[in-house]
Amino acid sequence: MRTKPNTFANLDWLTIGVYLLLVFMGWLNIYAATYDADNPSLFDLGQSYGKQAIWIGLGLVVATLSLLIEGRFYRNIAYGSFIFTTLLVAGVLVFGKEINGAKSWYAIGSFTLQPSEFAKIGTALAISAFLSEFNVKAKEFSTTLKALVLVGLPAGLILLQPDAGSTLVFASFIFVLYREGLSGNFLLFGLLCAVLFVLALLFEIASLALILCLLTTLVYASLYANWKFLAGGFALIGIPSYVLLMVVEKPLFLIGYLVLLLVGAIVYNFRLREIRNRGQRNRMLLVTLASIGFMFTVGFIFNNVLKEHQRTRITLLLGEESKLEDQVNELKLTLSGLPEDAPQRKEVRNDLREKKRSLHRLRNGVGWNLRQSKIAIGSGGFAGKGFLQGTQTKYNYVPEQSTDFIFCTVGEEWGFLGSTVVIGLFLILMGRLVMMAERQRSAFSRIYGYCVASILFFHMTINIGMTIGLAPVIGIPLPFFSYGGSSLWAFTALLFIFLRLDTERMQVLR
Amino acid sequence: MSRSLEDRKFVVITIFGVVALAFAARLFYLQVVDDSLKSSAENQSIRYVTQYPVRGNVYDRNGALLVYNEAAYDLMVVPRQVKAMDTLAFCELVGITLEDFRVKFTKAKDYAWRKASAFEKQIPANSWAPISEKLHNYPGFYGQQRTLRRYPDPIAAHVLGYISEVNQRDIERDPNRYYESGDYIGKSGLERTYEAELRGIRGVKALMVDVHNIVQGSYQDGARDTLAISGKDLMSTLDAQLQAYGELLMHNKKGSIVAIEPSTGEVLSMVSSPNFDPNLLVGRDRGKHYKTLAANDSLDPLYNRATYAIYPPGSIFKLVQALIAMEDDIITPNTGFACNKALVGCHNHPHPSSVGKAVQFSCNPYFYNVFKRLINRNEASSTFKDSEIGLRRWKKQVESFGLGVKLPLDIPGKWGNIPGPGLYDKFYGKGSWAFSTIYSLSIGQGEIIVNPVQMANLAAILANRGHYYPPHLVKQIGEDGTKRTAFTSRQTTVVGSEHFETVINGMQAVVDAPGGTARRARIKGIDVCGKTGTAENPHGEDHSVFIAFAPRENPQIAIAVYVENAGFGGTWAAPIASLMIEQYLTDSIADPAKEARILEANLLDVQVEEEGDAH
Repeated sequence: MRTKPNTFANLDWLTIGVYLLLVFMGWLNIYAATYDADNPSLFDLGQSYGKQAIWIGLGLVVATLSLLIEGRFYRNIAYGSFIFTTLLVAGVLVFGKEINGAKSWYAIGSFTLQPSEFAKIGTALAISAFLSEFNVKAKEFSTTLKALVLVGLPAGLILLQPDAGSTLVFASFIFVLYREGLSGNFLLFGLLCAVLFVLALLFEIASLALILCLLTTLVYASLYANWKFLAGGFALIGIPSYVLLMVVEKPLFLIGYLVLLLVGAIVYNFRLREIRNRGQRNRMLLVTLASIGFMFTVGFIFNNVLKEHQRTRITLLLGEESKLEDQVNELKLTLSGLPEDAPQRKEVRNDLREKKRSLHRLRNGVGWNLRQSKIAIGSGGFAGKGFLQGTQTKYNYVPEQSTDFIFCTVGEEWGFLGSTVVIGLFLILMGRLVMMAERQRSAFSRIYGYCVASILFFHMTINIGMTIGLAPVIGIPLPFFSYGGSSLWAFTALLFIFLRLDTERMQVLR
Repeated sequence: MSRSLEDRKFVVITIFGVVALAFAARLFYLQVVDDSLKSSAENQSIRYVTQYPVRGNVYDRNGALLVYNEAAYDLMVVPRQVKAMDTLAFCELVGITLEDFRVKFTKAKDYAWRKASAFEKQIPANSWAPISEKLHNYPGFYGQQRTLRRYPDPIAAHVLGYISEVNQRDIERDPNRYYESGDYIGKSGLERTYEAELRGIRGVKALMVDVHNIVQGSYQDGARDTLAISGKDLMSTLDAQLQAYGELLMHNKKGSIVAIEPSTGEVLSMVSSPNFDPNLLVGRDRGKHYKTLAANDSLDPLYNRATYAIYPPGSIFKLVQALIAMEDDIITPNTGFACNKALVGCHNHPHPSSVGKAVQFSCNPYFYNVFKRLINRNEASSTFKDSEIGLRRWKKQVESFGLGVKLPLDIPGKWGNIPGPGLYDKFYGKGSWAFSTIYSLSIGQGEIIVNPVQMANLAAILANRGHYYPPHLVKQIGEDGTKRTAFTSRQTTVVGSEHFETVINGMQAVVDAPGGTARRARIKGIDVCGKTGTAENPHGEDHSVFIAFAPRENPQIAIAVYVENAGFGGTWAAPIASLMIEQYLTDSIADPAKEARILEANLLDVQVEEEGDAH
């Protein structure tokens, strides 16, 4: 009882304000997305916006309850809640109801609950508790491994549902580990992998390998300040490469040749005595070699491990549609240029038909969602079409327009202005959470704050990125916005637990 | 806690910021820079439905309806939006065969993949109701309301004309580029002449459709919509009753009737026989009917004889010769010439002692002499030169009667020819022809050619004693509109009105005198003035021609009647003209036997089953 007035006074009202604003805006957009002129009442319980009003009301109850419970309690139940939510996730694999091919939901009558949303809270609490333990140092490799197990357990179970989107969210804990001392190289490594992944799919691996080798030579030569070396390197790499790639047209031979050259260079490098700081240069050569290898692996995994729908989601993102369009147009041009009785006509026509079919499949399958989403957002223009004036979202061109694709309604009805306001609000919220986390005396609270910010960041990035064609189409909700009780309550609890912890920021929780 | 770890918050916040910034930049590109997405959105969710204006009605001079509109529907298709469907059920619904479906659908696809085109045209309203009920099962198909032209009485087909869908040439020819594929345009008759007034102006309605192509309401509350502006109604000069009666009289005859109100030039009736029911050239079966009508080449019902058939005027032209000669003081009303059959053939008749008698007897040698005096006035020493001067002057004089010139009639026609020196120079060489070469012109034969409208107009000129208003078919454009100004300008002939009574005396005698050539044109109680003629026909029996006006004082109607291959003008053309006059002036026929004789007559040289004939 002693802490009650304290709690109220220490509450971070900015965060609460942004939270309420986001929830309210989300509700308005759900109303607009599913608006039905026959049922204009905001509280029609037969409509999703009416139900969302109830979820919001209950969400406020969840928020209040979260604020009423003492911080010490959260610290104490951290592992317990982790085990509980993980069991819930495990249980859904057995008792869950299958919706759209995934067992992600518990169904009690017409009411459904998604345990993976709550698993994020349990995991966040457990990670916070683990990392804040006195003798744990995030820098150490064993800590990283243990944390990986902690995160990987629920994430792996969720992947079995299968729900790749929610699984991916667990990667957000890398920010928390980084803040607590994980080497920054992990972040850079992740970034490098992502860049190489995209490059490997976009361009021919042989050409990329060649560019990498030439770059290495350039850097190497500048370290030596030996221009003879540079000239020799380019001659050794450039001329045979040209012959292999352009004349013989054997890219695989080129790769082999380049790898041989690199290995030779490393061996040669070891024998040079006068070079100082040899290790650094060796590492550079190794990175080059590893990159080439990685790109090959990517190509292999991409073509042989991923399922077709997963592949298309990624190729789509990399401009597969316009590539096919170009090919179709080119073939059309070729066909019109061929004389009526040319023997190649049949072949070209077959090719054209095949490409057209692929394009059609792409546009009507996964491509449909992305295309409609982009059209809806793009058609909003600078200032938007106005509340309830959107046609693309309201008339079902955009799928899942009140849940995963709710941002389309924002984009269409509120335009560039409204979209940036929403992104701005998320940025303010996440930044504020980081600042608040840093002011905690208790490591547990600080780490938990980072967890909240990172989870919100991942959700926002993937969700909005998906609607504007910057991330693959992965179905996860936009926090506070998307229709649905489970995600709203989970995010509310996640956030308000931290707000409660923040009211006790002067204390140290043990 | 090391200081450096705390600084990592900046890295984290920077990552958050960079992502947010990247999103904002991407949104800026999608929403502000890239316009293609906006048009994509409109293309898929907004359907522009053309609002077709109601084409104007056409009424007769008394306000009776001649042409009106009936609702019909075009079944439109957007091939891109068509989903897999029960094609068989669809065909049954629309009333076509599977084969039809394939042909039509391929045609629509070839026209445009994303644009709407008519799948099945002009489905009448009663057949449309069951289709529209089930149409939501077939995405990509929708109805477009159109109107069909309907004719309450199957009359005046040639005058009214017909409309049909525009072709590529029509679209390209219009200077305003108004027409789009699927529009209708007047192809002949008044529909064509008054196209701009009748058609109105198209409007467009923007409708929002959902992903299932179901209309969800008006786009932007109709801010982008434009209303269709209805076409103007026309009041025709035709008298529907008289027109119908004329068509009845001309049944089983080839030829034409043109009746004009002399005081205004308004055409009261324009009959071309054989004719057809205008309702046949409307709707789904229009093409089929058109083919049948066009294939009937012995009767050629689509051919408007009243404006396109050109013949030599024959004896009727003698009226003009007499008038010009009197005007030029070549003769006086009492000039007589002997009927010298050595000059030109003639029939037996009393001595033509005056102009009136000459007209009454239609004496050929008399007018040979008159024409010789008109042409050769000793104005040049050479007879060739003299003839040339004379013919040039004569041509001008004749043309003031509306002959050999194009009259501004509001439907197209051929306007004949009055030969001048140029024609004969070309034919015989300059200076190689004289009066002796061209003398057949004196009795309206030879190179002189006129059409029935010009003949009726000549009757009107006689009725008016020397002037005319150009014959026309539309009295009034729009509710309170006026007629075209060309029709209100009074045209005068070169002949003074004082000379007309002499000729008219002769014309009345043609009808009333015991030896008159058109005794069958008499009407009890009405002074009919007329002149018979026979248009020589090198291909067969001569054409029977008669012009008349009545009553003699304050004439109400002037008329020209042509009956092809019917021989002498008095036998068939004169009684038909008199029946028309009587019907128009008294609304009844006093002599049913006279009427029955005409109705029962079948003067067609070939008997052909006429599918296109409504009577």
